[in-house]
Amino acid sequence: MNLRKYINIYTKFLHTSLACELEYKTNILIDLITAILSLIGSIFLLSIFFQNNNTIGGWEFEQALIIQGIYTILNGITNTWFNPNLTEIVKHIREGTLDFVLLKPIDSQFFISLKKITPSGFLEIILGIFLLLYCIKINQININLIFLTLCLITIICSICILYSLWFFISTTTIWFVKTWNATEVLRSFLYIGRFPLNSFSFSLRIFFSVVIPIAFITTIPSEVFLGLSQFWKILLEVIVAMVFLISSRKFWLFALKFYSSASS
Amino acid sequence: MYKNIIEVRDLSKSFEISSKEPGLKGTIKHFFRRQTKSLKVIKNVSFEIKEGEIVGFLGANGAGKTTILKMLCGLIYPSEGSVLVSGHLPYRRKENFLKKITLIMGQKQQLIWDLPPIESFYLNASIYDLDKKEAKKRIKKLSEMLEIDSELFIPVRKLSLGQRMKSELLAALIHEPNILFLDEPTLGLDINAQRNLRKFLQKYNKETNATICLTSHYMKDITSLCKRVICVHEGSISYDGKLDLLLKKLSPVKEIIIVCRSEEDANKLENTSFNVKNKTKNEITILVENNSITSSLKSILNNFDIEDLYINEPPIDEIIGKILVKKDYDI
Repeated sequence: MNLRKYINIYTKFLHTSLACELEYKTNILIDLITAILSLIGSIFLLSIFFQNNNTIGGWEFEQALIIQGIYTILNGITNTWFNPNLTEIVKHIREGTLDFVLLKPIDSQFFISLKKITPSGFLEIILGIFLLLYCIKINQININLIFLTLCLITIICSICILYSLWFFISTTTIWFVKTWNATEVLRSFLYIGRFPLNSFSFSLRIFFSVVIPIAFITTIPSEVFLGLSQFWKILLEVIVAMVFLISSRKFWLFALKFYSSASS
Repeated sequence: MYKNIIEVRDLSKSFEISSKEPGLKGTIKHFFRRQTKSLKVIKNVSFEIKEGEIVGFLGANGAGKTTILKMLCGLIYPSEGSVLVSGHLPYRRKENFLKKITLIMGQKQQLIWDLPPIESFYLNASIYDLDKKEAKKRIKKLSEMLEIDSELFIPVRKLSLGQRMKSELLAALIHEPNILFLDEPTLGLDINAQRNLRKFLQKYNKETNATICLTSHYMKDITSLCKRVICVHEGSISYDGKLDLLLKKLSPVKEIIIVCRSEEDANKLENTSFNVKNKTKNEITILVENNSITSSLKSILNNFDIEDLYINEPPIDEIIGKILVKKDYDI
């Protein structure tokens, strides 16, 4: 893979999708307002849960805010990259425009995963970072190099798991043609990631850790933030992320053999 | 002699097709127990195409033209048989192969809808590893050939269908491919836009010696671009050869309409050995074989007092229409 070529292409992707978004100013403004209101709404909802309880699943309100911060960052990444690109895969396959992607001398997964961005998602990422900085202050967390490295590793792993899950579902479109609902279900599960894993019953905890590893996505990075996470959990998240990423890649290449293109 | 650039041997393709009975009962049955069957849409097809050739694929809707084209460019895996395009197995989609080919589909577009086409051209240029200077040079050359200089900076959504198709062509040709797969490129275009597109393709083929495989339902595209046609009927090749030979074979006679100065002359003409189709007063229509047109005309003009005369070519759509429904042509 020629890295310079791919960086050059990605720069073009950024440029074209930004230019596309800037064509519709009102839409950007509405997206920005939605992002702010959504964060306020989520914190308000969380505060209601804590009104009569000091802790939920062993987490205090200030600690649970960290999960909300990580969720906001991930949601921002979802809205910036995953939503505009991965939902488009279904459209590409249904309408047969995947033909153009497959006939270009470029990695098809790279092309369909990164071609577009929705810049308003950046605001959510920034808001999430600010919320985390605030949480570091109120939870009196000491920042050092190991802390930052572990945080970064776990958040990157969370992004990889989320991406792989979404990409995996979208890939099944090659057989099932229409999977909008499945990606919507995934988004709904992501909402669950706003709450600590311990606040769920044992069976749900197993479900959200093993079947759909949504819990990994927010809980483990949050535990790292609070210095609560054990080493094996971080290692497990790294392994899960790598397995998911490699599997989604292999699955895509396998699925392409069954691509029959849309009729014309 | 030009070498073969495309070689296809015993190529077949089967698809799993599901069928549904009508009505609510059929829908429920289809939801719970989907019945699928394997349908062989391409059946043991073999042909070769030489470098620089323009070949038209003819066939009714669903005959299998587009499926063949998609197997040639590597989008679909063949079920059986072999395909070799420019020395590559297309379905492997290797970078070297993809840089040599392009696919243009009249009903699908790759240009970015909200931006001017120039943005898509530069994006494609970077995908094909062209530097900015080279890309600019090629865009200039192609836009002059296609006569779309002024449209390059207008958002795609504001362009007419003809302008959009020209831009699609430019986007698809920026890497200067030597094999072009065109699937109904003139679909929906007006007569002038169709003519311009054909003119461009002729010029491109002449200048670059590119091989062109084309499917179209507009017979004018086929007659003005392709010397050779491959007729596809229900997944098999019913004819592969020169277009003019096919036309002559399918339509061995021409109609001559003769307007005589007097009814007497028309009656005399009717009683000769010509094959008369119909007669009204002093106008008579005869059928003459293609190879005796000149001698027949000479004889008519020398022996009768003629006021006017027309030669009717049989409508090409009608002739081609015959091919689409018949299985074999022994030519």
